[in-house]
Amino acid sequence: MSSSIGIKSVDRIYTDAEGAKVEALHDVDLDIKAGEFISIIGPSGCGKTTLLRLIAGLDKAQSGELSIDDEPIKDVDPERGYVFQQGSLFPWLTVEDNIAYGLKARKVYKKNKANIGKYISMVGLEGFERSYPHQISGGMAQRVAIARALINEPKALLLDEPMGALDSFTRADLQDKLLELWKDNATTMILVTHDIDEAIYLSDRIVIMTPRPGKISKIIDVDLPRPRHRGGVEFLAMRKHILEFFQLAQALPQPEYSI
Amino acid sequence: MNGESAVKLTKPVTGRSPESSAAEKPKVGWNYRNNTYFLLKILLSVSGFIGAIIINVVFPQKAEIDIKTYTLSAFGYNLDLTMNEAYIFIVAVLILIYAGAGVRAFFDRTRRKLYSKNAAFRFAIGIALALWDIGGTKLQTFPQPFFPGPAQVIEAYLADGDYIVQNTLYSLRLYAAGFSSGVLLGVGTGILIGWFPKVYYWVYPVLKITGVVPAVAWMPFALTLLPNSFTAAVFLIVICAWFQIAFLTAQGIQSTPKQSYEAARILGGNQLNLIFHVAIPHAMPDIFTGITSANAMAFTTLVMSEMLGQPGGLGYYINQSKVWSAYYKVLAAIVIMAVLFSLINYLIGLIQKRTLRWQKGVVKK
Repeated sequence: MSSSIGIKSVDRIYTDAEGAKVEALHDVDLDIKAGEFISIIGPSGCGKTTLLRLIAGLDKAQSGELSIDDEPIKDVDPERGYVFQQGSLFPWLTVEDNIAYGLKARKVYKKNKANIGKYISMVGLEGFERSYPHQISGGMAQRVAIARALINEPKALLLDEPMGALDSFTRADLQDKLLELWKDNATTMILVTHDIDEAIYLSDRIVIMTPRPGKISKIIDVDLPRPRHRGGVEFLAMRKHILEFFQLAQALPQPEYSI
Repeated sequence: MNGESAVKLTKPVTGRSPESSAAEKPKVGWNYRNNTYFLLKILLSVSGFIGAIIINVVFPQKAEIDIKTYTLSAFGYNLDLTMNEAYIFIVAVLILIYAGAGVRAFFDRTRRKLYSKNAAFRFAIGIALALWDIGGTKLQTFPQPFFPGPAQVIEAYLADGDYIVQNTLYSLRLYAAGFSSGVLLGVGTGILIGWFPKVYYWVYPVLKITGVVPAVAWMPFALTLLPNSFTAAVFLIVICAWFQIAFLTAQGIQSTPKQSYEAARILGGNQLNLIFHVAIPHAMPDIFTGITSANAMAFTTLVMSEMLGQPGGLGYYINQSKVWSAYYKVLAAIVIMAVLFSLINYLIGLIQKRTLRWQKGVVKK
């Protein structure tokens, strides 16, 4: 049900409007095991979304190799599901029809029609089947987007800051949902995020990327038992460790307690 | 007007409505929920029309108009009517309709509000009819024969009924043939232009330049080159709808967000899927904008081409009546147009509402 993904010395260079070359990804190497939950974090412009788009097949690398189960990645494939940051639902389709889109597009709708209800309840959207995207909240829309990707039974799910636009309560809720879905579907998960807590809470490994040029600077194993406690000592130690890496932890000359 | 200002009054204002029942029933304010208030609104709705009938009956006829009697036959019955009786009959029908609607609304809270709101306007229509009757028929103070009274306009339907129906159907046929092909061609071309860069490159500039030329400008060519005048008029309506709709459809297709295409591709959508299930639904609001604006132009083109070279149609009827100075027939045709074109607009609006029900603001929860 899940796939391993191999990334070998991948370069991606963009040319901007003035003709200047921008190295979005420089010599990126990463091996993702089947069934692993991986988070990619880093500041804006570090190439994390570019990397995810390359894995999805939405973009092409100038050099290097990308493979899934040792097969080279050439184009997009429903086996690699993708959840965009926000607003990727089709506004003219109801929740139900958005989720059914992949089945219809792959012409397996009749056979798998019964699954729609299953995935709707999996993401907890019973009663909203006939609602249009503008009638539901942002958190619900992202759950629809996740269900829409999962109904194709992908072997890997690529998530591009799917919770970036949500408030922290909705986000925590959706993170738990995501873990549940990961356990139930045994899918390889690759999550791009800029939220350190989210990365620690969810993933097996955290890939830290830095910009100019975009490259992988560090990979951290998160060997905390699940379910993880967001306020736990080890959790906070790991958080501090990552913050120190970004040199954010030192930048606290004055305590912030002001009355 | 007082229908709205009286809403939400909790206690009766002295001098405003002294005999108001709100004083006895403090629970229901002096608004449309109040039965007496609502009955007064029904009365207001019909009193204008009743006034119009009274004016028609009691006001002395100063102008000399020869009164013809027309025989209407339906279901084996023959009805002899003068134009004046027909006028009274129609006003009476209006009274019945509005009174009936009032009674229906009386038992339906949601209808009550709207009915009360429109009561003043209905009253004004009745008064306007009465004034028109006086100025156009009774005293003929309006310049004649240009502004005949309501009874004479109705006479046009009595005298010319079948002929008007024929011409209306002719117009309708012309419009249906021209506009539906225009919409099909417009949407089709628009999709091609919006989707294929090559088509955009070659066709779009042509469309942009020819699109600003009013369709009727092509009439000399249409009339000489096409086999008959009907196809010529269809052609003119087609091109006036075609360019406008193609233009907006192309815009709608091109403005589809890249992310929608990417989402569809990842979910397994092929090129056809992207066109028919992503680009076209996304362009739908623009397509309807094109259809509505093209529709208005199509009406203009329709009437103008009928006036200039058709053997039938409402435009033709107007032109023919004008020659005989039968302005009451011109007005009769204009009334038909107003009703017919409003109806077509209404139908297009209905289809639009149904198709775009996914849009924000269109659907109410």
